[in-house]
Amino acid sequence: MIRVFCSFIGGSLFGLGLWISGMTDTTKVQGFLDVFGAWNPTLAFVMGGAMLPMAIAWRIVDRRKTAMLGLPFPPMPAPRFDRDLVVGSVLFGIGWALVGLCPGPALASVSFGGSGGLVFLIGMSAAIVASRYLMDPRSSQTKRT
Amino acid sequence: MEWLMGLSGGLMIGAAAAMFLLINGRIMGISGVFGGLLDGTGRENTAERGGFVIGLIALPALMVQWWPSHTHITGNWPILVLGGALVGLGTRMANGCTSGHGVCGMSRLSPRSILAMALSVGAGVACMAVMRHLLGVI
Repeated sequence: MIRVFCSFIGGSLFGLGLWISGMTDTTKVQGFLDVFGAWNPTLAFVMGGAMLPMAIAWRIVDRRKTAMLGLPFPPMPAPRFDRDLVVGSVLFGIGWALVGLCPGPALASVSFGGSGGLVFLIGMSAAIVASRYLMDPRSSQTKRT
Repeated sequence: MEWLMGLSGGLMIGAAAAMFLLINGRIMGISGVFGGLLDGTGRENTAERGGFVIGLIALPALMVQWWPSHTHITGNWPILVLGGALVGLGTRMANGCTSGHGVCGMSRLSPRSILAMALSVGAGVACMAVMRHLLGVI
């Protein structure tokens, strides 16, 4: 129960951060990718701000064996550049630019995105379910338990 | 001011990721947390994933009450469906999105995550150039 509660607090803080940072606004996200137009650097500040606490967190992970609730920390994935990583990242980038939503803001948009957000989320969810059948069976993703 | 709001919100997102890692022992990757709920790969910790997703939706739902929504999601349905499908498929294939690879992976200097984000941003910039400036579709 404590695990679910902490998870809920984490999700809430993430949602608040998305809102405050303006990453719920698709024009800011598309503006960051629009280097040949009216470039908007906000996303770089969001990413920089988010990496700071995480860089500290990874230092703490180095000195401990398990997380506070007992789970072992996730190991660093081997630096293997398989086909799925490359193709998937490119496909994600294209979809990200088309609408200006990535999975976090897309989910959060349920509460503010109207029908447009919902249509995007349905397309995204359908593709997530279908993706299991389209991926390289040797990839790390399909092997993960 | 936009940059300051971005930085402040970013710090909160990073704090959420740090909390999820240090307390729950998990990577805060939304495509993974949500994807595992949808395709059954996260069956053994459904409640933990669900709690995160509910918080992620509930907080903006609360914020919108006194801070009006300022999003500009397109009304072009074919673009929405195509964009959603590419994001869903791409992030599952790459095993991460802006939160998992970007916030969590890059801060760990994981080579896979750095490559993934470089490719996604590169593809996004190219897509913007073609679809907005060449074809005028978005």
